[in-house]
Amino acid sequence: MHPAPSVILFSTLSGLGFGFLAFLGAGLLIPSGWAAFFLWGLGYGLALSGLLAATFHLGNPKNALKAFSQWRTSWLSREAWASVATLLILAPVALSDWLGLGLPRIIGVVGAMLALLTVFTTAMIYTQIKAVPRWQQTLTPVMFLTFAIAGGALLSGQAWAPLAMLAVGGILLALWRQGDGAFAKASQTMGTATGLDRLGTPTVFEPAHTAGNYLMREMIHVVGRKHAKKLRVLALILASAMPALILLLPLGLPGLAVAALLHLAGALAARWLFFAEAEHVVGLYYGARD
Amino acid sequence: MTALPQTTEKKLGLVIDLDTCVGCQACVTACKGWNDQSHGLSDQDAYGANPSGTFLNRVHSYQVAVPDAPPQIVNFPRSCLHCEVAPCVTVCPTGASYKRAEDGIVLVNEDACIGCGLCAWACPYGAREMDADQGVMKKCTLCVDRIENETLPEEDREPACVRTCPTNARHFGDFNDPESKVSRLVADRGGYDLMPDMGTKPTNKYLPPRNKGPGTASPLAPLLDIKATGVAGWLDRMLGKI
Ligand code: SF4
Ligand code: SF4
Ligand code: SF4
Repeated sequence: MHPAPSVILFSTLSGLGFGFLAFLGAGLLIPSGWAAFFLWGLGYGLALSGLLAATFHLGNPKNALKAFSQWRTSWLSREAWASVATLLILAPVALSDWLGLGLPRIIGVVGAMLALLTVFTTAMIYTQIKAVPRWQQTLTPVMFLTFAIAGGALLSGQAWAPLAMLAVGGILLALWRQGDGAFAKASQTMGTATGLDRLGTPTVFEPAHTAGNYLMREMIHVVGRKHAKKLRVLALILASAMPALILLLPLGLPGLAVAALLHLAGALAARWLFFAEAEHVVGLYYGARD
Repeated sequence: MTALPQTTEKKLGLVIDLDTCVGCQACVTACKGWNDQSHGLSDQDAYGANPSGTFLNRVHSYQVAVPDAPPQIVNFPRSCLHCEVAPCVTVCPTGASYKRAEDGIVLVNEDACIGCGLCAWACPYGAREMDADQGVMKKCTLCVDRIENETLPEEDREPACVRTCPTNARHFGDFNDPESKVSRLVADRGGYDLMPDMGTKPTNKYLPPRNKGPGTASPLAPLLDIKATGVAGWLDRMLGKI
């Protein structure tokens, strides 16, 4: 799949934002005064900038409100609802932390659950696509949630954040391992795509069109194996190993900031791979999957 | 509503005959021509170095290695299959994508589409293309504006691609009617689904190429191996040296 920068930014930033909001909401970090203003602001900023980036991916954003209508069937619509509900329900909690209004924490806990639900709905948008076997795995939502929780743990300075960072690495390794065999496991070939397997073994004789088209640009992105391997190593080092290490050192707030930035860079690399390496079965018609 | 209808009264769709399709691309052109009206299907850099455009129908060409028989060229038209379990419909957040309960045709209401492209991702068959100018999704409409168009002469009330095909490789009809032409073709010729494992239950069916039997040597084959002698042989050798 085409690794569109808007979608990569959206899912990474909003995942981190909602993860952090979950920790703030649940009261695992309770800031007060101006610290509360800046920390809640960071959470909202990340979540909102992600959602904003997502609208850049739309061809026709003027209809965006209509995306709330199909929550019964569409995960994208459910995501729209979950994200707005989270941001609305957590707003009074944020205000209460900032101004010391003493609102009951239970509202924050509900908001925290909604925040994680939002991340889950984001993940399901990809997981539901049967035509992309690499995405249709239980590990896909697990990966999205692990990133959100680990990122939230890091930003809220939890003692176990280094462990969470290591969990991110573990999930990535498992996801890649399973994902690399997923297309073969779905056992779709040019033969089943055309039905010509009942006749023999087809190969492309002539392309259907000599120039590119939407399908090829959007769905048939091929990354070099060597290139992907390097990026995987980079993603593991940046998103998992280095932040875990830095968090274990007594570096205080600057250390935390550096760890967070490295983690975000690694998360972006991993998300780029999540799209770029995903093979859509439509590639079979173009002979791009052999 | 992007919920799928449980059943549809009619089941309109196409049968595509891979035995007779000659890959002339006439259906591609006719489809583009007819559907280029009103909203249209845009092209980018149409006469430039890197042309690209929106099409609802594409014709591929494959060479098939057939066991114990000569290889075959198969031309393969690809357009929306108007699936019964259409994943492109259920993923749509706006309700722009829908399947009609009366005849099963899968359509996009362009006025409600946000151009998120999720439906094109969900379609295993590459039947949806985003229009780069308009930012909305385009797909085969089964030519709803022809098949129901009372202002057209009766014989034109079928899809443009079907009407134009010079070899009659495309057929249109109701699969719910066991006596319709399309139902009989599927029964007689072993019409099949593309990628049935994807669980989409396509309405459109493809008819496999007929068995061509073992290859026979060309009657002209002996001539290929002819050796020139005499004057012709001398000429041949001399010319070969130049
Ligand atoms: S062929 Fe693709 S676009 Fe058409 S109904 Fe089936 S899944 Fe949807
Ligand atoms: S591109 Fe349009 S039709 Fe397709 S899923 Fe998005 S809103 Fe629905
Ligand atoms: S039925 Fe109409 S829209 Fe669909 S492929 Fe044929 S000509 Fe194009």
